[in-house]
Order: sequence, then C-alpha cells, then structure tokens
Amino acid sequence: MFKMLNPKRFYYAVGRKKFLEFILLAVFILFFYGPLMNMLMLAFANEYTVPHVLPEVWGLKWWGYVFGQKSLVSSIIQSFTVAVITTVISMIFCIPAAYSIARFKYPGRKIFMLSFLLTNAFPKLGIYTSIAVLFYKYGLMGTYPGVIIIHMINSMMFMVWLPSSAFRSVHRQQEEAARDVGAGPIRTFFKVTLPMAMPGISVATLYTFLGSMEEAQGTMLVGLANIKTMPVAMYGIVLDSSAVQIGAVFAILLIIPSALMIFLMRKYIGPEAIAGGFKMK
Amino acid sequence: MSDRKIKLQIKDMTKKYDNGDGVAHINLDVYEGEIVTFLGPSGCGKSTILRTLGGFLDVTEGDITIDGKSIIALPPEKRPTAMVFQSYNLWPHMTIYENLAFGLKLRKIPKSTYDPDIKKMLELVHMSGSEKKYPGQLSGGQQQRIAIARSLLLKPSLLLLDEPFSALDAKIRQEMREELKKIQNDLGITVIFVTHDQEEAMALSHRIVVMNKGKFDQVGTPEEIYDDPQTLHVASFIGEMNFIDADGKTIAVRPEDLTVVKGTDKADLNATVRTSMLMGHYVSLTAQYGENIIKCFVDRDVAEDLEVGDAISLAIGKHTIFKDGVRSKA
Ligand SMILES: Nc1ncnc2c1ncn2[C@@H]1O[C@H](COP(=O)(O)OP(=O)(O)OP(=O)(O)O)[C@@H](O)[C@H]1O
Ligand SMILES: [Mg+2]
Repeated sequence: MFKMLNPKRFYYAVGRKKFLEFILLAVFILFFYGPLMNMLMLAFANEYTVPHVLPEVWGLKWWGYVFGQKSLVSSIIQSFTVAVITTVISMIFCIPAAYSIARFKYPGRKIFMLSFLLTNAFPKLGIYTSIAVLFYKYGLMGTYPGVIIIHMINSMMFMVWLPSSAFRSVHRQQEEAARDVGAGPIRTFFKVTLPMAMPGISVATLYTFLGSMEEAQGTMLVGLANIKTMPVAMYGIVLDSSAVQIGAVFAILLIIPSALMIFLMRKYIGPEAIAGGFKMK
Repeated sequence: MSDRKIKLQIKDMTKKYDNGDGVAHINLDVYEGEIVTFLGPSGCGKSTILRTLGGFLDVTEGDITIDGKSIIALPPEKRPTAMVFQSYNLWPHMTIYENLAFGLKLRKIPKSTYDPDIKKMLELVHMSGSEKKYPGQLSGGQQQRIAIARSLLLKPSLLLLDEPFSALDAKIRQEMREELKKIQNDLGITVIFVTHDQEEAMALSHRIVVMNKGKFDQVGTPEEIYDDPQTLHVASFIGEMNFIDADGKTIAVRPEDLTVVKGTDKADLNATVRTSMLMGHYVSLTAQYGENIIKCFVDRDVAEDLEVGDAISLAIGKHTIFKDGVRSKA
C-alpha cells in the first residue's frame, strides 16, 4: 500500500498520461480548495495573526459580531431581496424572449440575440455611468428598481441564450405529438416544452441569482449609499480590514445560497447544459 | 369496393410553401379499414400531405374531410387523427406510462378505465413491463412501438404514420411491419402510411399511392402497381425493371419476365452474356444488348451451360411500353 506513494512507482504504475493528469488535478485542487479551506478556517478563528498557520483561538466570535451588527444583517437581507426579485423578473422577461428566438423565424432575430451580448461586451463602468445619467432623470438612483435593473442587464445574456438553446433542443415533433394527442398550445408549452427545457433554464436562473448576489460595482454606483448589499458591505470591511475574519464569514454566507441552489438543481446542471447555451444558430 | 364507407376524402387539395415547393391538386378517397401508403422519393411531398391531414400544416386550397366532415379549420388537438413521426415521438421527461396516459387524461377519462387499456395495449405491442421506464431506456424500435401504442389508445379515426420505421434496422423493420399489419387487422382502423421504401409499401398496403414531385403518379393495389405501372417513374421506382429503347418507345420488362435461350436468333433480342451471379435458387444474369444492359433471372440449370461472352436470345414475356414517360395503349 505505502509502496504506491513512491512517485516513481506511481508514475510507472499508471502510465505517463495518467500521471500528468494526476499532477494537474492535484495542482487544481490545491488552487481551488486551498483558499476555500483557508477561508473556512478563518471564519472560525477568534484570533489569528499572520505568521501562524492555524488560528490561535477557534470560535464563533466573528459570526456573533456579524450578526450583532445591524448594518451587516440588513445587507444580507437586502442582498437576498434584490437577488430574488432580479431572478423572478428576469425569468418573466427573458424566458418568453428565449422561446421566441428558439421557435420563430423573424427578421432581426440574430440581431436581437446579439444585442444581449452587447451588454456584456462593453466595459461595464461605461454602461453604468450612462445608465446613471438616465436613472437620475427618472429618479431611479438609489432605489431598488434601479439596482434590480442593473442586475438584470448583467444577467440578460445568460438568461436569454441558455434557455433559448434549451428550447431549441426540444424537437418540434415532441411538441407536435403533444398537440396531436389533444393538448392545446399552452398546455403543450407547460407540460412538454418547459419541462424539457428545464435544465438550461435552471442553469440560467442559477447564474442570475448568483450573479446578483455578488454584484458590487453597479450596485454601488446606482444604489448610492441607500442600498447596501453584501458585496457592497464587504468593500467597506475589506477597506477597513481590522479583521479578515469578517470577510471570511461573509464569504461563507455568500457561498451558502450558491451551494444550496447547486445542490437543489444538481439534476439539471451538467457541462452539456452549460456548453449548450453558447451555440448560436 | 363501392359499398365500403369512405373514411377520408382529400378534395383538390393544394399546399404550397413560401418557396413554391409543395403538393398540388391532390385527390384521394380512403376507405374505412384500409392501409394506404404514400410512396415516393425523398422530397416528393409525402410528409407534406400527411402533415396537412394531422393539422400541422394549413392547406392553401381544397378540402379534407373525415367521415364527411371538413377538418381543415381544426387545430391538431381537435382532429380525430393520431400521428406517429419518424422519431422523437415520446416525451423524455415522462415515464412510458405517463406518455401513454397523457392524452387519455386530457380526455378526462378516469384512471380506472384507462389503466386496463394501457396494460392491454402494452401487451399488444409486446412492451408489457416497461411502464416505469423512461423513453431513453428503450431502443429505437421499442420507442416506436410505444408511440404507436399511444396513438392507438386514443382510438383515432385515422392513424397517420410518417416513416415510423425508417430509423430501425432491417430485421426489426420487418417485424414491426408484420405487427402493424396484424394490429390494424385486429382493430380494423384506417391507416395512412408514408415511406420511401417500396418493399415496405408492397408488404403493408391495401393500396399504394406512388408520388413524384408533388403529384400522384398512380394509385392502385400493390399488384396493379407492380404489374401495370402507368408511368415510367412508377415502373422504375417499384421492383426491378429493364428499360429497352426501341424506335422512340421504351419497353419495360421485369427480370423474371425474360426467357433466356442459348444461341442467336432464337427469340426477340440477340444479346451476349455479360455477368452471371448465383442468388440462391436462381441466377441473376446480365446481358449486353447493343448499348443496353439487361438483367434476367434464370433457373440454375439454364445458367449452368452459359459462359460469359456466349451469344443468347431473349424472349420478352409480360411487358409495358412507354411513350414520353407515360404508358402507351398499344
Ligand atoms: N417548411 C417547409 N418550407 C419550405 N419548403 C418545405 C418545407 N417542408 C418541406 N418543404 C419542401 O417541400 C417538398 C416536399 O417535402 P416533404 O417533406 O413533404 O417530402 P417527403 O416526401 O416527406 O420527403 P422525405 O422522404 O425526405 O421525408 C420538398 O421539396 C421540401 O424541400
Ligand atoms: Mg418526409
């Protein structure tokens, strides 16, 4: 058993290709999970100073601190509120748009589709500034609707492209078969088309939700000082940097919903669903 | 024949796509309990006609009636037809049972009524025990059986099948064909079947409609189509056929209707043996006649004393003569 730990033996046992893959994987894991582990550790460290590897005192002190601060708790609530509303409204607008792109051939369909790319192609800050000008005019600065619009603009491309390709992967004949056995167009959509497109839609919804949860730039700019979501509050903490532990606690709070959603949607999330979203036809 | 009830009537129906393709001036009566096959090369408009029957395409002109009532204004869900497509019939997110029950539930049939029907239907298509499976867990042939079962459960007035077996391999196709014919016979339903496989059409149909470029070439029983092709296209599309050009006319004769005699000037045509191939109980022989290569089926004992290059005479038995692509009366 321990003989296998000898790298040379291992190399010859699994072959050159496998060995390199293994090394790559090991580096990968270290790279990804290293910081994650460090963060987890920090969140439960009552006291920690740099030269040490492990915290001097373990504990939940900083969790207590975060939940004791009114402003921090309110930022958590604000974040969730904004993310949920953004996701729901995005779904209401983007899923029908995605369906129309997938199913109907109309002039300007490609341009319509590309227009969603444009919001992600230009420098964000430029877009935010020009939007801010408009928002001042309409009194949207520093309001929830303003921030939600910004978040929606960010997620629109995913929210249209992924479901659209998911809808396209539903064969026409499968819809026609439903009509054939007696379902009307609306029932066909909800019983056949939508469930079959669910994987793509779930992934897109997930992106939208998580994207909204971590959006800081636009929220700061448009939300002024009124709307402080978690990432915005985090900026303050990091700049303050009296205790890295608060950042770690926040990061975990940010991860929990993502992890939860990924877990709930695990059935639908796969590399194909994500990759499939970027085919343009 | 005349006392039989007409199930489906297509009256001077035209369907043109935006690009000008489509079918024009289609007329057809289908009797109750009949299997009628649309047969023709790819792109000739078979699916177009079937889809207008199922309600997936609007007709440009003309009318379609089922049991005497026009159906062209009805959406697919209101038509008394059921369609089985070439593939992607089933809904992959539902179990087989759910797939079968979907249409029955929509009809508000209580489960206690349709449950035994589903069991019986699964037995009929030899798929008992697959209720809890998902379509992805079945083979192509099994999926098509379920699709047919789903259509039959709805007791359609007319069953439409658009190349339902074309994605299957030869052996399963044969089985499915026989099964379909049996089920049709047992239930007495009317079936419109689309295929581009002439063998399938011959084996399955009461009548065949041979199509070419959006039009009907010939409508008739398999025997009529085989023995009495009305156009050159029908003659070349169905079975094996030799075409011999002679003074502006074309003589069409099947390989089994030629008799081979050794020697010159013993029969209608003088030719030489080109190739000879043993096919089992008979020999497929090709003969060179001027520019033409003629295929004949001969008995083994006749073929045994023929060598490649030998002079032979061919006697033409049953044949048809075509002038300008259509059958000449002479
Ligand atoms: N939606 C459409 N728009 C325009 N043209 C079409 C459309 N569908 C079919 N066609 C054209 O109409 C003609 C007939 O098509 P159809 O699908 O009925 O052929 P088919 O006989 O079923 O052929 P196959 O055996 O390949 O299925 C073809 O030339 C085809 O290109
Ligand atoms: Mg077709």
